[in-house]
Amino acid sequence: MQNLSTNRRQILRSAAILGLMGSVPRIAFAAGAASDKRFVFILQRGAADGLSLLAPVGDPDFARQRGALAEVAGGTLVGGSMFRLHGALTNVAALYDARQARFQHAVATRYRDRSHFDGQNLIEGGGARPYAHVDGWMNRLAAMLPAPEASALAITQAVPLILRGAAPVSSYAPTRLPQASDDLLARVGALYADDAMLHPLWEEAMQTRAMVGDLGGDMGRNGAQLGELAATLMAGADGARIVMLESGGWDTHSGQQGRLNAQLRGIDALIGALHSGLGDAWRDTLVIIATEFGRTVAVNGTGGTDHGTGALTMLLGGNLAGGGSVTGDWPGLGNGALYQGRDLMPTAALETLISDALSHHYDIDLQRLYSRLFPAD
Amino acid sequence: MRQYLAANRFGLGLRPGDGPVGDVTRWFATQWDGFDPSPPALANLPGRSQLANAVLQLRDLQQESRAQRRNRDDGDMANDGAMRANAADAPAAPPRPAAIPEQRAARRVLRDIYAGAAQARVQTALDSDTPFMERWVHFWSNHFAVSVDKIACLPFAGDFEFRAIRPNVRGSFLNLLRAAVFHPAMLLFLDQAQSVGPDSPLLARYASRARQNGRQLGLNENLAREIMELHTLGVRSGYSQADVTAFARALTGHSVAGLARGPARRLSGGTAAGDHIFIDALHQPGEQRIMGRLYAQNGAAQADAILSDLASHPATARHIAHKLAVHFVADDPPPTLVQKLADAFGASGGDLTTLARTLTSAPEAWAATAPKFKTPWDWGISAMRALGIGQNSNMRLNIGLFDQLGQTIWRPGSPAGFADAAANWAGPAALADRVDAAERLCALVPAGVDPNARAAQILADAIDGATSSAIARADSAQQGMALTILSPIFLRR
Repeated sequence: MQNLSTNRRQILRSAAILGLMGSVPRIAFAAGAASDKRFVFILQRGAADGLSLLAPVGDPDFARQRGALAEVAGGTLVGGSMFRLHGALTNVAALYDARQARFQHAVATRYRDRSHFDGQNLIEGGGARPYAHVDGWMNRLAAMLPAPEASALAITQAVPLILRGAAPVSSYAPTRLPQASDDLLARVGALYADDAMLHPLWEEAMQTRAMVGDLGGDMGRNGAQLGELAATLMAGADGARIVMLESGGWDTHSGQQGRLNAQLRGIDALIGALHSGLGDAWRDTLVIIATEFGRTVAVNGTGGTDHGTGALTMLLGGNLAGGGSVTGDWPGLGNGALYQGRDLMPTAALETLISDALSHHYDIDLQRLYSRLFPAD
Repeated sequence: MRQYLAANRFGLGLRPGDGPVGDVTRWFATQWDGFDPSPPALANLPGRSQLANAVLQLRDLQQESRAQRRNRDDGDMANDGAMRANAADAPAAPPRPAAIPEQRAARRVLRDIYAGAAQARVQTALDSDTPFMERWVHFWSNHFAVSVDKIACLPFAGDFEFRAIRPNVRGSFLNLLRAAVFHPAMLLFLDQAQSVGPDSPLLARYASRARQNGRQLGLNENLAREIMELHTLGVRSGYSQADVTAFARALTGHSVAGLARGPARRLSGGTAAGDHIFIDALHQPGEQRIMGRLYAQNGAAQADAILSDLASHPATARHIAHKLAVHFVADDPPPTLVQKLADAFGASGGDLTTLARTLTSAPEAWAATAPKFKTPWDWGISAMRALGIGQNSNMRLNIGLFDQLGQTIWRPGSPAGFADAAANWAGPAALADRVDAAERLCALVPAGVDPNARAAQILADAIDGATSSAIARADSAQQGMALTILSPIFLRR
C-alpha cells in the first residue's frame, strides 16, 4: 500500500482503531446475569459488489473506472458525501441516520484468491487458509458465551460450516423452497446455451415461468419473510441469540444492475423486518452483513463484474459503536491503487472488524476474542 | 467418455467414494458375480400373506358398504309410499360414513406398504456396489411392468420386483418370464386372477348363480394379449386374435390364492393367501391351437408349453433385442447392435448372461454421438449418488422426488411400462423441475465439499471446459454441485 498517494486516500474515522486506543482494560469474561445480547450474521454468498452497495461517488476515478455501473440515480449520500448508499437500501439508510448503521469498505479476509468455495470456507471457518478448520467462528463464539446468549441457530436447511462445532446449534428452514433461485436459473441457462436440445427447452421453460429469486424475489417479499421468521425465532426468553442467515445470488457476472436492485430490495426488507420484529430487543442486537470477497472495479463485457478482493461490510444494531459513519481507510480507485491492477485494495481485515464489534457488543476482551475466533492456524 | 458411459449408461452413476470404473469388461464381470438378489434394504419387507390381507381388508369394507347401500336402496323403494305419508316420523337415512374412515385407513395401509417398498428400492439403488445389475433389474422390472394405479397392485409391486425379477435376472428369459407373469402382482394387474375358463368345472357349477348376482364370471384375455404383445413376440409380429383367445383359455386356472373374485376365492386349498396358485376348477379343459401349433397338455402344463415356445420364438428375440438396445444405448439404436443381440438371444436360448455380455461388449453400445436423455429415475438416482445421499438421508424426500419429476415409482400407468425416449422426458417444465429439485437436493450438500473435485470425479472423462468452468464459477459448494448434476453431460448417459 506504500504506492498509494495520500491525496487520493481519504482517511476516515476508524471506529476499530479508536476503539482499541480508547479501551480501558476490559473485564475478561462474558457478562453474567440478565444479559440479553443478540447477534445476527448475514453471509452474502457469491461476492456482493460493495462498489454498488456503497458507491464511492466522491472518488475522482469512480466514474471513469465504473462506466455504466457508476450512473445510478437515487440513494443516500453518506460518509461526508464521499459515498452514496444504494437507493434500494431505504431501511438501512434510516438506521444510518439513527446512528445504528456503520459501513466499512475495502474489507477482506485473509484469503487472496478468487474461488467462492475457498473464500466461503475461510470466511466461515475463520482460519488463515481454506479448509483449515472443521468448525466455524460463530460456533466458537457461542462456546465463549453464557448459556442464554449461546443458543445458536442457522436459518438454513443444513448447519453451515460457520456454525458447526462443539457448541450445540440448531437449524431451521421453511420446508420445500418452491423454486430454484434466479441465480441458479441464469447459470443453468448459460450452461445450456450451446446445447441444441436443451437450449430451446430451457428458453420455453423460462418464458412460462414466473421468475422468483431468493431474497430478491417478489419485490423483496422473500427477504421480508425471512426477516420476520428470524425475528420470531429470536423472540422471547427461549429464542435464539446467535443467528446465521445466508443469501445467495450476489455473483453478478452479468446484468448486474437489475439483479442487484432485486437482491438489495430483498436484503433491505430483511433488515426492516428484523428491526421491527425484534422490537425492544433491537437495542441489544448486533447485525453484521459480509461477503466472501469483493468484485472487480472495472465492468466486464456483460454488464457485470468479476471476482475481486476488497469488499463492503455493513454493521447494524441498536447499540452500535461508531453508528452513522463510514469507517476505514479508503484505498482509492486510481489504476495504481488497485489490488493486482483490478480489485479494490483491502485496507481492513474482516476478522478484526468482526472481533472488534463483538468485543464491544459482548464486552469481551478483544485479543481473547480474536485469538479464539480467528486463530492464525 | 468410456468411463462416464460405463458408470451412467450401464450403471447408476458414481458416488463420492467410488474409484474409476477402470477396465469395463472386468467391471461387468465382477458385478455379475457379486450381485446380491436380496440386499439388506429388502430384508424386512412384509410377506405376501400380509399384502393379501391388506387388500382383502379393503375389499371386504368396500363389499360391506356396497351391500349396505343396496339394502338401503331396496328399503327406500319399498318404503317409499309409507315414508312420504309419515315424513315427520321417518328416521333419517342411515349414514354410510361408518365405512368411509375405515376404508380410508385400509387404503393408507396399502399405500404405506407401497411407500416402504419404494423407499427400499431407492435405498438399494443408492447403496448398490453393482449398479449395472440394478439397471438390469430395473430394465426387466419395467419390461414386465405392473402399475400401482390399480389399487390391488399397490402392495404387491415391490414384492414383484424384489421376488420375481431380482432373483431371476441372471438365468434364462423363460424363467424370468414365468416368474413375472405368474407373480400375484401381474395376475392381479392384468386381471388373470379372475379369469375363468368358459367350460371350466367352476363355471359349470356356478354360472346360473353368478349371473343372478349380476356378476360376470368368465374369460379375461388381458394377460394373454400383453404377454404376446409386450413381454414376448411384440406387436404386429404375426399372431391373431384367435391366438390371443386360445392363449387366454390356456392360462385359465392361474390365480392368486384368496384374492380371486367370486367363488374362486375359496378354492385356495393349502396355498397361503397372496401366493400364485393354479386352480384346476378354473381351467378351460381341452386343447388349444396357437400360431399353428397344437397344445394338448392338461392343466398348468398347457400354458407352460406355450410360454416356452413364445420365449424361444425369433420374434421374441428381435423384440427383446430392440428394446434392450433402445433402453441402454440410443432412442434409435444401430441395427447392427439389434441384430447382434437378437442373434445372441437365439443362439443361447434366451440366456440373460449371454445377452448382457453381448450388449456391453458391442462397440456400437459405446457410441457417444447420440447419448440417451436420463429418465427421472435415472437422473434422480444418479444425482443422489453423486451427492453422497445414502443411508442418513430423508427417505420421504427420495420417493417424493420421483413423483415431482413425473416418474412415480412403479406407476407407469400402463402394462407397456415407462417409455424410454428423450421425447417422453425432455420437456420444458420437466427440465425446470429438475433444476428446482437439484437446488433442493444440493441444499443437503455439506459446505466442506469441493465441487470442482467432485465434478471431475462424477463426470469423469466426459467433463468439458464449459461445464468445469461453470462449476468453478459457482457461488457456493451447493450451487457447484447443482450445476454438476444439471450439466448437459449429467442429464444424459
